[in-house]
Amino acid sequence: MATLEPVQPATSTRKNPLASLRQTLWQGRLAYLYILPAFLIMAFITFYPLGYQVWMSFTDFQLKHLRLQNPDWVLFDNYIQILKSGLPVTNFNFVRILVFNVVWTAVNVVLHVTIGILVALALNTEGLPGKRIYRSLFVIPWAMPALISGLMWANMWHEQFGAINQLLATIGLPGDTRWLLEPAPVINLPQIGVELPLAFFAVLIANVWLGWPFMMVIATGALQSIPVELYEAAEVDGASGWTKLWRITLPLIRPAMIPAIMIGIMMTFNQFNIIYFVTGGGPLGLTEILVTQGFKLVNPQGWYGVASAFNIIVFLILGAITLGTNRITQATEPYYA
Amino acid sequence: MTTKPLSASSSGSGVSLHNAVAIVWAFAGLLAGLGLSALGIFRAASAPGAADPTTRLPLAVTGVIALAVGGVILWRYVRLLIAIVTQADYKRARHTMKIDLLQILLLTILAVVLFPVVWIFSMSLDSRDFSRPVGLTIIPPGATLDAYKTILTHPSPNPVTFWQLLRNSLLVAGGTALLSVIVGTSAAYAFSRLNFVGRRAGMLGFVIVLMIPAGGTLAPLFVLLNGIKLDLSALQGAIPAVYDFLISLGIGDGTSLRTTLLGLAIAYTSTALPFAIWNMKGFIDSLPYELEEAAQIDGCTRTQGFLRVILPLSTPGLAVTALWGFLTGWSEFILAWTFLSEPTRFTLPMVLRGMIGQYASGTPWSQFSAMAILMSIPAIVIFFLLQRYLVSGLAVGGVKG
Repeated sequence: MATLEPVQPATSTRKNPLASLRQTLWQGRLAYLYILPAFLIMAFITFYPLGYQVWMSFTDFQLKHLRLQNPDWVLFDNYIQILKSGLPVTNFNFVRILVFNVVWTAVNVVLHVTIGILVALALNTEGLPGKRIYRSLFVIPWAMPALISGLMWANMWHEQFGAINQLLATIGLPGDTRWLLEPAPVINLPQIGVELPLAFFAVLIANVWLGWPFMMVIATGALQSIPVELYEAAEVDGASGWTKLWRITLPLIRPAMIPAIMIGIMMTFNQFNIIYFVTGGGPLGLTEILVTQGFKLVNPQGWYGVASAFNIIVFLILGAITLGTNRITQATEPYYA
Repeated sequence: MTTKPLSASSSGSGVSLHNAVAIVWAFAGLLAGLGLSALGIFRAASAPGAADPTTRLPLAVTGVIALAVGGVILWRYVRLLIAIVTQADYKRARHTMKIDLLQILLLTILAVVLFPVVWIFSMSLDSRDFSRPVGLTIIPPGATLDAYKTILTHPSPNPVTFWQLLRNSLLVAGGTALLSVIVGTSAAYAFSRLNFVGRRAGMLGFVIVLMIPAGGTLAPLFVLLNGIKLDLSALQGAIPAVYDFLISLGIGDGTSLRTTLLGLAIAYTSTALPFAIWNMKGFIDSLPYELEEAAQIDGCTRTQGFLRVILPLSTPGLAVTALWGFLTGWSEFILAWTFLSEPTRFTLPMVLRGMIGQYASGTPWSQFSAMAILMSIPAIVIFFLLQRYLVSGLAVGGVKG
């Protein structure tokens, strides 16, 4: 398509300031054109509903208002009821859910990243047979639809018929633990509002099973881009394996891991499928996280106004966490060209 | 070869602690190889005389496998011990020890990774569901493929076949992948290469959307999509073939967008877009700018440079972005569950979710497992097909390699 047609060379227009301004504007117009489809989809499907949600959060919007009458203004009532844990929902305690959500995210991401990097390092060993097979099979948990993983782990933890208890019984351990139903806390730190029942460890294992391969793939890519010469030079200088790990490997994979960790934080904080399907938030709401509670306010409760306020609070909290993480990591991040 | 004198001088040829550990390890490996081989021979030999004919085959198979693995280990360690005794090759011993410890670790992880998958597979063959006696067997007694037959013919109480559901899911997931790649890559190119007012704010705006909770905008989205109706009957007279094709996809028959697969795909695209833009921007950032400059000197416009230089070089990034979109559309169920009302347009996750009753004992677990396996296969196959792009195509955040 007229590739050989002479086009005004960009260099000649740069001399004239007016023309360069025009060129900047033209480039801007082109950019807006490129972004337009994405913007339209996001505007209709995300930003418009978001605005609508802000409005709903100040009303007593309920199921009956979906088609018929207009809801009444309640102003900040929804927000106040949520923050005061005053909603007439069993076991609803906003602060406890929030603290649990933060603990859940932190423990998960730390485990995902640690296991992911360790396995990537192991698979990066020279002369190890079967690397490619391991790499292919290890991503299966990531490839499995999360809905299936959730339902599958719920089944595995079942006290009577689940695979875990049957496995324990086979090797001679007590096989009747009520993993998902026992409300007595295993770890209880009331000072900081942390109360973790057995079910927490059950969902944690399910989510670690699901989450580490992503980090392994990112770490593998970063490891493969480290030049071998660096290690050779370090060996000449007599560096031990431990020194090489701390001084070369980890600093060099950090720039790739940080964005992945941020995605990991966002995904885990909002990990709906695992919590909802494995424990359903139980026992006694002790493993409820914010998204699952928010979803329950819509379905089955049908309190759209309250749910909107709830979602906006979640959004603000996660936004603060993300911006905070971003600032910390950027502030300490050395830049490589 | 050249490093040999170096290692000999640094570690010493005497029996240091390191070398002692290596020798102990070598003997342990020898014993493990012997033990495993013996166990294999014993099992395989006892197979023909087994009382129950159904246990004969598993006995023989596991026996032969144990014998083979034991033989390999034995061979490996006999050679190693010979090397230690005749050449005092401790370096090789330590290397073998390191590799084999890693293999043990990796095999353990593999077992943990595959355990749930094997469990689901075993349940799908077991027609007794939850009335089964307690016990772990890969192939349960009385194994049958009935559950798969049921799933393929009538997976739900509705008169819908598995193939219809599969087609719906493929359409939604494929549509999501396609839309998010096209729309996302074009926006990513602008964010990566073009200078314009509002670039930073725009990028931040898209990433913030990643933080919106799943299903958070359910109610307004319902109202919005419910109000949009696409009626293409004008097209019917003009180009009947195209019209019929679109109608067969559920597009343009005048029903509200909420109840159509197209509406669902658009909604999913908005979920997958932030990642698509972020990842593609990172990927395009890593491509050298000089290539486009050269193309521009040769007379290419910006858009030609994008289409002919950037896109062909972006295959890994595009593959991973498409994969992400596909997986998003393939397993999502909240929006589908809320929006779709026509059973012929249901997707696989909806029916799978529908099988789970309030009580575990009321759920047809063998059918659930069979369906979970059938539903995982396309996702895993696509994952494997795109796997060679996985490492290079995940460029989230734009790290320059």
